[in-house]
Amino acid sequence: MSPPTIHTQDLTKVYTVSEREAGMRAAVQSLVRRRTEEVRAVDGISFDLAPGEIVGFLGPNGAGKTTTLKMLSGLLHPTAGTLSVLGHVPWKREKDFLRQITLVMGQRNQLVWDIPAADSFELNRAIYRIPTADYKRTLDGLTELLDLGPLLRKPVRNLSLGERMKCEIAAALLHRPQVVFLDEPTIGLDVTMQRRIRTFFAEYNQRFGATLLLTSHYMNDVEALCRRVIVIHEGRLLFDGDLSSLVQRFTSHKTIVVQLETCPDELQGYGEVVSCEDGLVTLRVPKAETPRVTARLLADLPVIDLTVEDPPIEEVIERVFASSFPDAVGPKRPSASLRTGASPEPPGADAPEGTA
Amino acid sequence: MMALADLYRAEFRTSLATMFQYRASLVIWLISQVLDPVIYLIVWSTVAEASGGRVGDYTTGDFAAYFIVLMVVNHLTYTWIMWEYEYRVREGTLSAALLHPVHPIHADIAENLSSKAVSTPGILLAALILSLIFHPTLHFVGWAVAAFLPAVSLAFLLRFFVEWTLAQCAFWTTRVSALNQMYFVAILFLSGQVAPLTLFPPAVQTVAALLPFRWMISFPVELLLGNLTPQEALTGFAAQAAWIAVSLVLLRIVWRAGVRVYSAVGG
Repeated sequence: MSPPTIHTQDLTKVYTVSEREAGMRAAVQSLVRRRTEEVRAVDGISFDLAPGEIVGFLGPNGAGKTTTLKMLSGLLHPTAGTLSVLGHVPWKREKDFLRQITLVMGQRNQLVWDIPAADSFELNRAIYRIPTADYKRTLDGLTELLDLGPLLRKPVRNLSLGERMKCEIAAALLHRPQVVFLDEPTIGLDVTMQRRIRTFFAEYNQRFGATLLLTSHYMNDVEALCRRVIVIHEGRLLFDGDLSSLVQRFTSHKTIVVQLETCPDELQGYGEVVSCEDGLVTLRVPKAETPRVTARLLADLPVIDLTVEDPPIEEVIERVFASSFPDAVGPKRPSASLRTGASPEPPGADAPEGTA
Repeated sequence: MMALADLYRAEFRTSLATMFQYRASLVIWLISQVLDPVIYLIVWSTVAEASGGRVGDYTTGDFAAYFIVLMVVNHLTYTWIMWEYEYRVREGTLSAALLHPVHPIHADIAENLSSKAVSTPGILLAALILSLIFHPTLHFVGWAVAAFLPAVSLAFLLRFFVEWTLAQCAFWTTRVSALNQMYFVAILFLSGQVAPLTLFPPAVQTVAALLPFRWMISFPVELLLGNLTPQEALTGFAAQAAWIAVSLVLLRIVWRAGVRVYSAVGG
């Protein structure tokens, strides 16, 4: 087995933040003695990524996702733990390492605002020392995949948000990085553009065998691109494994949608009624009861149509964060059976360690 | 080396293209670069006339020559990096540069030089117009004129390295304006911008000779005006070289330490 592209072990980042009360007195006091507080943004997380994997990195705001991405790309120095990307220690920011990675942040831009994107691309060619022939080929490929043709000659400030994002992505990939960190790459984009960009990253991964680690608030991104997800919350790793097993594990209920003529009164007996409008009934039913309830509905009522659905992935993720951890989920490190592409854990590794 | 030349070419193109988008602000900046020395020139000419035509060794014509050449040298060696760095650190735009496999100082040097390439004709035109108005007394000496270009180039590098190093203080404090202000007061007096250094008391002149400021501005000015002996010129070049070496060492140390701080607190 080839060594992992990304390896982290007990990765920790503690920020020291100074704090003081509001008001004049506190301001004067803080001149003499500054009170500081330690914030554990990332608290001992471990995972490996195999070459060519696409992994979704999920967590609510402030979970430590961006901090982790910044440590992986070399912008932040970890407080503790070991970390290697492509065999390099990221924070040393060796040129050979920087030439092989990229970090795309949806809210930051690296394109020069006042000039056409093509000129910024040219600058990146020089910065990354991309041979002219390779540069031309890659740029042609990216232009085609992202449909950049009409955009390249316009000043960046005249582009729409979506157009600019496409150019940002192209600029970040001109040097054909082997490892791509994506922080909310589709933020603020419309659904069509989001789909476009997702398809593009899937193709990039296929074509160049690149490893992608992606954070997104749009579960569609994650569902479309990532078989494996890593979930963190308050700096701790909650889950690492297949997206499908995450859904399995955190859904206790299914949703049954029944189309009837009208809304009957006696629906409570079947399950929790989420809504009923013009005969379209949405029921929430414990997973184990679903077959029985479905059979009863079909037998008892004049059903026009009926579907059984897993709750939307957003809801699943919400439940993951809402449940009290780590006890409800188990260990802070996932069990061996849930990991993909990582070294197997020894037996008993999934015993709970530490406290919440 | 080839790759570095290619990088500078690309950086030049980018910043030139950006600059042409902001012609108006370039003109405003040029005006401010002209106004400062003109004010000192008028003040000193008035003082000279009031005290019988001269102050120390300087006649009104000498003052005119001094401040017009000073304006050009100050323009050529000027940097704005100390004002910009605080913004870069605060807004996190430095992060993008840190992810690039080249030292960010190259982009800054290239940006500065390309801006000079655009604005220098404007400053030379201003110098010509001021010469017609104020009638400077110029007596050029061949070897000194030849030595001016290397002297001003070294002065540019020295000022750039020192101010780039000081700009790194933004890594430690978000209130760099106070520090910038202190620096600007020092450079104003000790580089000869307020008055020629020879008009200051001997003690101040000694201090000015020991500090780097004189070698950033006043030295090339005095050289071009033919006020220095060959011996003094050589001493000046040696002082420039020594201070450049010192500032490069400091730059390296401060940059590394600064990035360590930045990567501890996040951008």
